[in-house]
Amino acid sequence: MIPAEYYLVLAALMFFIGVFGFFTRRNLLAVLISTELILNAIDINFAVFNAYYYPEHLEGFFFTMFAIGIAAAETAVAIAIILNVYRNMGTIRLKNLKKLKF
Amino acid sequence: MILNTHAIIFMGLALLMVIAALLAVTTRNIMRATVYLLFVLFGTAGLYFILHYTFLGAVQVTVYAGGIIVLFVFAALLIGKGARDLTHTSILRYTAGFTAAATGLALTTYLIFTHQFPDVKPLTSVVPINLIGHTLMGSDKYNYVLPFEAVSVLLLACMIGALLIARKR
Repeated sequence: MIPAEYYLVLAALMFFIGVFGFFTRRNLLAVLISTELILNAIDINFAVFNAYYYPEHLEGFFFTMFAIGIAAAETAVAIAIILNVYRNMGTIRLKNLKKLKF
Repeated sequence: MILNTHAIIFMGLALLMVIAALLAVTTRNIMRATVYLLFVLFGTAGLYFILHYTFLGAVQVTVYAGGIIVLFVFAALLIGKGARDLTHTSILRYTAGFTAAATGLALTTYLIFTHQFPDVKPLTSVVPINLIGHTLMGSDKYNYVLPFEAVSVLLLACMIGALLIARKR
């Protein structure tokens, strides 16, 4: 049997790779991809805690399922916003998007 | 023997996921980043299958790998040349990002290995699908009909909102 800690370390690695991408990418779509990595790492944690420590319940299972659904909704809206930003400003580079800052 | 195959599959998936995640946040081509993200999502689905949550793995494959990746591909194709991440990140920002990620990872790993978790009672069989259905649709304690309805309203609202934001005026 694989120890639960291995899963947790894997999820932590994915989470912080996502954080690193969130800091360093200069493009709205790439930043959104990093966000997906972060959300995915959290989903793994919920499933692992449920399966290893409370297998008689299904709380983590359903939390993961709803998180997947909400992540899909969030991505759809975010991509719609990104397309609109591109249509209005002609770029999705973070450097050039300064109008929303103030 | 079975446990060994599980360990080998887990190690393979973990390696695939970490390498694909690293490439997804470093490659300059947005389309390639999307495909690497797809690999990470498939790896996650594999983890759910190893954990005996086969339904969750199926949901992961259909919603994430089937839906979200298609959205990313369409966005990258619609934006075209503007989607390329050609500008180089400044070394200061690079260092800041790396330091934040490395510190957080070190702290989290330390906490994971020093924390006293409760006793492990792992699942031994696949969660039956009728149990999932009854839990999702029941209205008793530990049942999920209210969040289910809330998510359905949220998805409708997000669909209308996305159409409203993205349509051509």
